[in-house]
Amino acid sequence: MRTKTTLLAAAAVLALGQALPALADFTGGKVRIGVLNDQSSLYADITGRGSVVAAQMAVEDFGGKVKGAPIEVTFADHQNKPDVGSNVARQWYDTDGVDVIVDVPTSSVALAINEVTREKNKVFLVSGAATSDLTGAKCSPNTVHWTYDTWALANGTGSAIVQTGGDSWFFLTADYAFGHALERDTAAVVTKNGGKVLGAVRHPLNNPDFSSYLLQAQGSKAKIIGLANAGGDTINSIKQAAEFGIVAGGQNLAGLLVFISDVHGLGLQTAQGLILTESFYWDLNDSTRAWSKRFAERMNGRVPTMVQAGVYAAVTHYLKALDALGADGDGKAVVEKMKAMPTDDPLFGKGEIRKDGRKLHPMYLFEVKKPAESKGPWDYYKLKATIPADKAFRPLAEGNCPLAQ
Amino acid sequence: MAVRSEPAAIRAATGTGNGLRHHQLGMALLAAALVFAPLVLYPVFLMKVLCFALFACAFNLLVGYVGLLSFGHAAFFGTAAYAAGHAAKVWGLPPELAVLFATACSAVLGLAFGWLAIRRQGIYFAMITLALAQMLYFFYLQAPFTGGEDGIQAIPRGRLFGLIDLANDLVMYWVVLAVFFAGFLLIYRTIHSPFGQVLKAIRENEPRAVSLGYDTDRYKLVAFTLSAALSGLAGGTKAIVFRLASLTDVHWTMSGEVVLMALVGGLGTVFGPIVGAAVVVSLQNYLAGLGHWVTIVQGLIFVACVLAFRRGIVGELARLVGKPL
Amino acid sequence: MTEFFGIPAPVLFGQLLLGLINGAFYAILSLGLAVIFGLLNIINFTHGAQYMMGAFTAWMLLNWLGLGYWWALLLAPLLVGASGILIERLLLKRLAGLDHLYGLLLTFGLALVIQGLYRDAFGSTGLPYAIPAELRGGQNLGFMFLPNYRAWVVVVSLAVCLATWLVIEKTRLGSYLRAATENPTLVQAMGVDVPKMVTLTYGFGVALAAFAGVLAAPIYQVSPLMGADLIIVVFAVVVIGGMGSILGSIVTGFGLGVIEGLTKVFWPEASSTVIFVIMAIVLLLRPAGLFGRAG
Repeated sequence: MRTKTTLLAAAAVLALGQALPALADFTGGKVRIGVLNDQSSLYADITGRGSVVAAQMAVEDFGGKVKGAPIEVTFADHQNKPDVGSNVARQWYDTDGVDVIVDVPTSSVALAINEVTREKNKVFLVSGAATSDLTGAKCSPNTVHWTYDTWALANGTGSAIVQTGGDSWFFLTADYAFGHALERDTAAVVTKNGGKVLGAVRHPLNNPDFSSYLLQAQGSKAKIIGLANAGGDTINSIKQAAEFGIVAGGQNLAGLLVFISDVHGLGLQTAQGLILTESFYWDLNDSTRAWSKRFAERMNGRVPTMVQAGVYAAVTHYLKALDALGADGDGKAVVEKMKAMPTDDPLFGKGEIRKDGRKLHPMYLFEVKKPAESKGPWDYYKLKATIPADKAFRPLAEGNCPLAQ
Repeated sequence: MAVRSEPAAIRAATGTGNGLRHHQLGMALLAAALVFAPLVLYPVFLMKVLCFALFACAFNLLVGYVGLLSFGHAAFFGTAAYAAGHAAKVWGLPPELAVLFATACSAVLGLAFGWLAIRRQGIYFAMITLALAQMLYFFYLQAPFTGGEDGIQAIPRGRLFGLIDLANDLVMYWVVLAVFFAGFLLIYRTIHSPFGQVLKAIRENEPRAVSLGYDTDRYKLVAFTLSAALSGLAGGTKAIVFRLASLTDVHWTMSGEVVLMALVGGLGTVFGPIVGAAVVVSLQNYLAGLGHWVTIVQGLIFVACVLAFRRGIVGELARLVGKPL
Repeated sequence: MTEFFGIPAPVLFGQLLLGLINGAFYAILSLGLAVIFGLLNIINFTHGAQYMMGAFTAWMLLNWLGLGYWWALLLAPLLVGASGILIERLLLKRLAGLDHLYGLLLTFGLALVIQGLYRDAFGSTGLPYAIPAELRGGQNLGFMFLPNYRAWVVVVSLAVCLATWLVIEKTRLGSYLRAATENPTLVQAMGVDVPKMVTLTYGFGVALAAFAGVLAAPIYQVSPLMGADLIIVVFAVVVIGGMGSILGSIVTGFGLGVIEGLTKVFWPEASSTVIFVIMAIVLLLRPAGLFGRAG
C-alpha cells in the first residue's frame, strides 16, 4: 500500500528528552492519523484532499505533538469500495502503526471500517459517512460519528418543509439500502409533522435517465419531490427536473443529501430554491469565516464542506483526549475519554459526545440563493432555521444501540 | 472458436493420463514457497492472492481447456461470497459449512447460466455470460439480504469444525492454503482425466468430437458447472477471510480481472493462473495509492498481452523449457 | 380518465415516448456494433468508451474552442471516428487470423485505458453540457410535457439509422460491403480494396457511437463512465436481435427501449434487469436471436 506520508513534527522525539516518560505510552512513539476517503471519484470534492488538509491544520493548530510525541497524518483512497477500504484499514492497523482513522465517506465503507476498528481496538472518527446505523444498531465503543447523519438530514429538511406548507410528498429513491433508509426516515418525519406521503418510485443506482421517474412524480401532484439519493443521482435528477419543467410547474424539489460542493457544481441558476440541511457553513460566524479563509488559502479558494470541517473538529478533540490520557494504545479508553470531555472547537462550538458515539451540535436549514442574491464566490446559502443540538439528532433510546442501554 | 495458446507440439505431450513429473516438481516447489511465504509477506495479502489464484484456475479450466471465454465469472465468485456471508452471519453456520453451502449455490447458478450460455458460441458466449452476470449484479444491488451498497459486513470467521479459532491471521492462512490446494488438485486431476481429454477435443474441433459420438453440450455444461463451483469455493473463502461480501465481487470489473489473471499467467497452462493472480493482486496493492491508474495499467496489460504476449508468463516459460507447465 | 392496468393513459403514453428516446440510443449503438461485427468479426467492447468520447469531444469543443452543439454533432463523430481508424490500423489489424475472442479482449483493455484516462483528466463526477438554445423548452402534448430536445433525439436517430440501413442494403457501396462480409477474398480479387473498407467500416461504426454520445451529452451528465454500463445492455440488445441484420438491430433497439420504459411504470425495480431477462427468454426460444442467423 503506497500512501503518502506527511511528517509534521519530524525528529522532535530525541530532542525533547523531558517528554520521554510519557512517550512510552504512545504506540510506536508517535501518533499516526490515517485519513481514509475518496480521493478521485464521486465524493472527492466533498471529502478528498480537503479532509487531509483539515486534519493537517488540526495537528498544526495543536502544536504538532502530544506530550512530546510527534503527530503524523497519512492518507489513502478507498475508491468507495468496502473491500478496498477494509484492506487499507487492516494494513494500516496491522503493519503501519496507524492509531486512528478519520473521515471515510460512503456508508458502506464506513460500516466496514467500523468493524475492523472494533476488531483491532483502535479509534474511528467518522465525518464523511451518512448512515445513522453507525450510532444505531451497528454502534461501536471505538467509533465517534461527528458531522451529520441520515436521521439528522431527514429530520431537518423534512420537518422544516412540512411546517412551511410542503405537506404532500413524493419520493425519488435510489434503490439500495441507503436510499431506502433516507426515504424511511424522511417519510416518518413528514407524517409526524402532519404531512402526507403520496408515493415513491425506486430508481436504480447511478441511473443516467430520470425522465420516466420524474414523470411519475409529476403525475402524483405532490407539492414536494423528495430526492432520497446522493451524488451524481441527485445532480442528474435536479437537472432533468428543470428540463421537464417540474419546478416551473409548481412542484418543489427537496434534496435530502446535498453538499455545498454539489450546489457549486450545479450552479445557482439550476440549484436555486433548493432546501437542504447541513451542520456547518463557512459563512455562519466569525470563527467559521476565519478558519474557512485559512482553509481556502490552501485549497485554491475552495471553501470547506461540513465534512472537512468535521474532520478538523474531530481530530482536534481526539488530540485533546490523548493529551489528557497520555496514551493511545487502547482505542476504547481513548473514545471513553473523548465522551467524558465536553467538546469545544471554533467550527461547531460547544458540544458533547453521547454514549452511542453520536456527537451533538446544532443543525442548520439552508435555502440556496437566487443568482441575484449571491454577493460573491461561494455565497450560496440563506439560513432559514437552526435546529438546536438536543432536537437535531435521533433520541438515544430510538437508535437501538447496545451501548445506550 | 477456441483460444489456442499452447504450441501443438507441447499440447501433444499433455496426453499422458496422470500428469507429468515436472508438474509434480512444480507443485512441490509451489507448496514449499507457500508454506514459508508468511514468514516474509503479510498473511492477509497472501490469502488474497490464494483466493484469486483459485478463482483464476477455475476460470482457466473453462477458457483454457474447453475454449469457452466467460465474461461473467464474477457472478459465481460474488454469489458464493454473499452465500457464505449470509450462512455464517445470519444462520450462524461454522465456516466449513458456510463455504460448502456457498460452493453449492455457485454450482447451481453455474448450471443455470451454463444451460443458457452454451446455446451460443465464441463471442456470443462471452456477451451472454457478461449480460447474465450484469443481471445478477442488479439483482444483488436491490436484494435485501445482500445489504445493497453496504454488502454483508462483519462476517464471523468462526471456529473450523467447532475447534480451531480462525481469528488469528496465520491460522486462517493455513486453512486457505489447504482449500486452495484441494481446489487446485481437483482441477489438475480433471484436466488430466479422460473427461479432460474430451474437453480438449471439443476445444480443438467440436464438430469432430460430435461425430465421435460425444454429447459435447453435456460435457461443456459439466465443465461450466465445475468451473462455477470452484469459483464459488474461492469466493466463499474470500468472504470468510476478509469478513466482507460486497458488490465489488459481482461487478463486471471482477469478471474482467479474472480474465486478465488467466491471460497474464497463460491461458491453458496449469500454473499460469496462479502466477497471473499473484501479479495482478500485487499490482493492485502497490498501485492502490494511484487510484484509478490501476485500471489504466490493467487495460494496458490487456492490450500488451493480446498483441505481443498471448502465451502469458508461464506459457512463455513453457516454450523456453519445451514442456507444458 | 382512461386507465390501463391502473395506470392513467397520459402517464402510459408519456412513458412509451420516453422509452422510444432510450431506444434511440440502444438502436444507434447496436447498429454500430452490428456494422463492425459484420465486416471485422470483432465485438467492439470499446464502443461504450467511444460513445463517452463523443460526449466529451462535444464538451471540449464547446469549452475549449467555443464551438457549439451543431458543430459538435458534425465534428465529434469525425474526430472520434478518426481515432477509431487509428485503433484499427495500429492494433486490430494485427489480430487478423487469430481467434475473434482476442478482438474482444483487446477492445476491453482499450476501453479500460480510455475510461481511466478520461477519469484522470476530468474526474468522475461528470460535467454539465447545456441543451442548445434552438432546442430548449418543450411542447405540452396534453398527456405530457415533451422537451423539444428529446423529440429531436428520436427524430434524428431514426433518420441516421434508416440512412445507414439504406446505404448498406440499397447502394453499390453497400453491396460491396455485404459481399465482403460473405467472402472477402473474392471481393478483393474483384479489385475492391478490402483492408481499406474494413478500416473505414470500423471508423464509421465508431463515429456512430460518438454521434450517440453527442446526442446524449445535453441529457445526461458528461462523465467518463457513462458508456461503461450502457455497453453491457447494448450487448444484450445485440444478442436478442442477432447481428445478422441491420434492420433487426434498429428495430430491437427501439423495441427494447419501449419495453424498458413500460417496466419503469409497472415494476420500476425490475427496469434495470428486464432487458437481460428478455435476453434469457430469447436464448431459450430462438438461440440465434430474433433476426439472426445461426452461428
